[in-house]
Amino acid sequence: MSWRARGLALALLGLAGAVGARADIPAGERKSGALFMSKQTQAMQADDTANPGMLAAAEGEGLWNASPAPGGKSCAQCHGAAETAMKGVAARYPAVHEASGRVVDLDGRINVCRQEKQNASPLARESRELLALSAYVGLQSRGLAVAPPDDARLAAARERGRALWETRMGQLNFSCAQCHDDNWGKHLGSAPIPQAHANAYPIYRLEWQGMGSLQRRLRNCMSGVRGEPFALGSPEFIDLEAFLAARAQGMPVETPGVRP
Amino acid sequence: MRSAALWGAWAAISLTGMAAQAQLAPFEVVGDAIPKPLTDTPGDPARGRAIVADRQKGLCLLCHTGPIPEQRFQGDIAPDLAGAGSRWSVEQLRMRIVDGTRLNPATPMPSYYRVEGLNRVAPAFRGAPILDAQQVEDVVAFLATLRDPPSQTGKP
Repeated sequence: MSWRARGLALALLGLAGAVGARADIPAGERKSGALFMSKQTQAMQADDTANPGMLAAAEGEGLWNASPAPGGKSCAQCHGAAETAMKGVAARYPAVHEASGRVVDLDGRINVCRQEKQNASPLARESRELLALSAYVGLQSRGLAVAPPDDARLAAARERGRALWETRMGQLNFSCAQCHDDNWGKHLGSAPIPQAHANAYPIYRLEWQGMGSLQRRLRNCMSGVRGEPFALGSPEFIDLEAFLAARAQGMPVETPGVRP
Repeated sequence: MRSAALWGAWAAISLTGMAAQAQLAPFEVVGDAIPKPLTDTPGDPARGRAIVADRQKGLCLLCHTGPIPEQRFQGDIAPDLAGAGSRWSVEQLRMRIVDGTRLNPATPMPSYYRVEGLNRVAPAFRGAPILDAQQVEDVVAFLATLRDPPSQTGKP
């Protein structure tokens, strides 16, 4: 198959993925992970004075307005008020970074800004500061629909992500899809299996007693099946994030979510 | 020199693979069953029950409900283990524990006695099956005792 034909095939696969392929959960049956939680945990997320993720977002607001390095501009100096400038932005990520042509997730995009515009070093994945900034930027999309861009370069990433989603891994030999597409609503031990929609990250996870990104959550599941997790920031995780954004298309953003 | 180093690396990889395989007792599949035990020591149902209940060893109750009443929080992804001993013969049970994907490639059931053909196994578990041969025999012996079908009462 020529590269051109292969590209076309991938694009068509991407299209099929966007409208719902084989074992996908029908749009009418999609449920946020919040609906699988106890009433108490749902209430914790819903109440901004009880949601611990709001503390991270508040810290993020401070970082948004502060210069990250000597001589570096703050986020606000370029973008202005996050409430308007960042509205709907997190709902669109991962997206293509035009200057490099790379697919980047929101955390990656924040680091692009730091390096290219702010005279600052990139923040480590899962660092307190990066989670705070992504929580604050994500908060500006709360209630808006997950809206991944219509872009062929993203379609290719989504298809790679879907392939990973459906790949059995680890000594226990499970794919993501086997639990979260095929068996959601049932129980693993006592824990309800959610549909694994990526519409609330970064989250405050009770099990962590802290904030974490979607990539941290994915690493948890990969360790759970006795697999070797992908590295934080790896292309595989970006592809999975791109796939999961398309899978959650149209669902309201809940950032910062609370999860058990 | 260089080719010798390459040869050495290749040999090391091959030997690792052979060592991984060598850890597994050979077995023969006939139809949907493994007729002969993996070990000379007969399986012990009591030990098998403990393995089934252990969430680090058998992990069975994460997905299956089973007649092990002292274990709370049993999963409901997979069929109830009650009655497994009347649904399947010992030989069929052995096949399903060793590698159920040979019967149904799409089954979520882990292959308990297999080291090849797996993907991204964490270093701590690489090259080792989930259960060793004797543990497989113990689990099979326990499951064979589960003759009664699932109780219709007492389920949440």
